[in-house]
Amino acid sequence: MSTSAKYWRGIPQRYRLEAERCASCGMEFFPPRLVCSGCGARKFMPITLGDHGKLLTYTVIRVGPSEFCEQTPYAMGIVELEGGVRMTAQIADVDFDDLEVGMPVRIEFRKIREEGQAGILCYGYKFVPAD
Amino acid sequence: MAGIIGYGAYVPRNRIKVEEIAKVWGADAPSYKRGLMLQEKSVPSPDQDVITMSVEATKHALARAQIDPARIGAVYVGSESHPYAVKPSGTVLAEAIGATPEVHCADFEFACKAGSEAMFVCMGLADAGSIEYGLAVGADTSQGAPSDALEYSAAAGAASFIIGRDPGVAKVIDTYAFMTDTPDFWRRSYMHYPRHAGRFTGEPAYFKHITSCANGIMEKVNMKPKDFAYVVFHQPNGKFPQRVGKMLGFTKEQIEPGWLSPTLGNTYSGSSPMGLTATLDVAKPGDMILMVSYGSGAGSDGFVFEVTGKIDEVRNVAPRTRELLDKKKYIEYGTYAKYRRKIRMGE
Ligand SMILES: [Zn+2]
Repeated sequence: MSTSAKYWRGIPQRYRLEAERCASCGMEFFPPRLVCSGCGARKFMPITLGDHGKLLTYTVIRVGPSEFCEQTPYAMGIVELEGGVRMTAQIADVDFDDLEVGMPVRIEFRKIREEGQAGILCYGYKFVPAD
Repeated sequence: MAGIIGYGAYVPRNRIKVEEIAKVWGADAPSYKRGLMLQEKSVPSPDQDVITMSVEATKHALARAQIDPARIGAVYVGSESHPYAVKPSGTVLAEAIGATPEVHCADFEFACKAGSEAMFVCMGLADAGSIEYGLAVGADTSQGAPSDALEYSAAAGAASFIIGRDPGVAKVIDTYAFMTDTPDFWRRSYMHYPRHAGRFTGEPAYFKHITSCANGIMEKVNMKPKDFAYVVFHQPNGKFPQRVGKMLGFTKEQIEPGWLSPTLGNTYSGSSPMGLTATLDVAKPGDMILMVSYGSGAGSDGFVFEVTGKIDEVRNVAPRTRELLDKKKYIEYGTYAKYRRKIRMGE
């Protein structure tokens, strides 16, 4: 089944890291949500996340889904961005020996997947070492 | 006249050496290295294409331009390797940087000249007053057929320019164009690799168009080679830009800063635009720069720029092009063949 519509709806987050900050307690959410999990408030202000953060944890995928066979093995990580939002994505352009909890990373725009040979190309964010 | 308000480049991390390609095809690496003045070339990862490189180069250009992307009225991406056959690269780029929806997008294609023509059109629109800022990108992830001479040079990279009505970091003094119908290099629909007319790609194609365009614009602005601090030519390999520079009366020193091809390869639509970014990285206020692109088919766009005092404020705001070129990881031919999809996979 095509995921084009789902991908399209997520473009503001996938391309531009559009997020929200709770108007009453200041907690940041990515992706945006309806109710603040910190204080229960429902008013948010739109923000754009910064593109630098630090690696909280990671793993190396050595047996990946067949559509990612060109990239296997590859590293996945959870990163805490400046501002506190945590997100999961692939860590590209990294030598596995250099992977370290706490390492500085930044976000790059990459192709995430292809919907088969004839489908759409899906773009979004990945992490790369911030050197 | 219009000016370059911000500029930026992007180079993928992977490199493959001439020796590594020559080894696979039983070719003589030293003669290729000497003949083409090429050492290695950049290779995109499987998750990188013209769109992703354009976005990253444009982030650098925006950092230097310090403008609100919503004020960009035109987004033009020049490439011969747009990821889609039908669907614009420009809309993804415009969406990724926040220039949508009040923006005009178009994808350009003209072999290696598509990037400079995006610049050319943005300058015209800025001068005409129909846009406040225009974004012009030259980017490619081109492929040469395995074992073909082009396989040693076809590389990946992008250059991005924010063009505006003010002089910015480099004022456009004049533009010029020289075109003829010359079938020196082409790719038909559904064909994976381009074809070229061998030696024909030299004299009547690259050299004729670049010298004619360079002489034409120098005559138009009444300047001589010695009046320029730097010159940037299209770089299909390391040798051609040096030779055409000598033919025109430029020195090695004038060519050097923008001469990236020996360790980058030919980034096609990105080639002379990336050379310009590397030249702006080292230029001083008041320097005059001549840039002449070349695209097979065939034609050259010529530009004369005057660098302004603003260059010193912005050049270190984003990575310099040669810094990007120095960050590299060598890969073997097998990895390269996998990354460039030269291996036939099962269904
Ligand atoms: Zn809250």
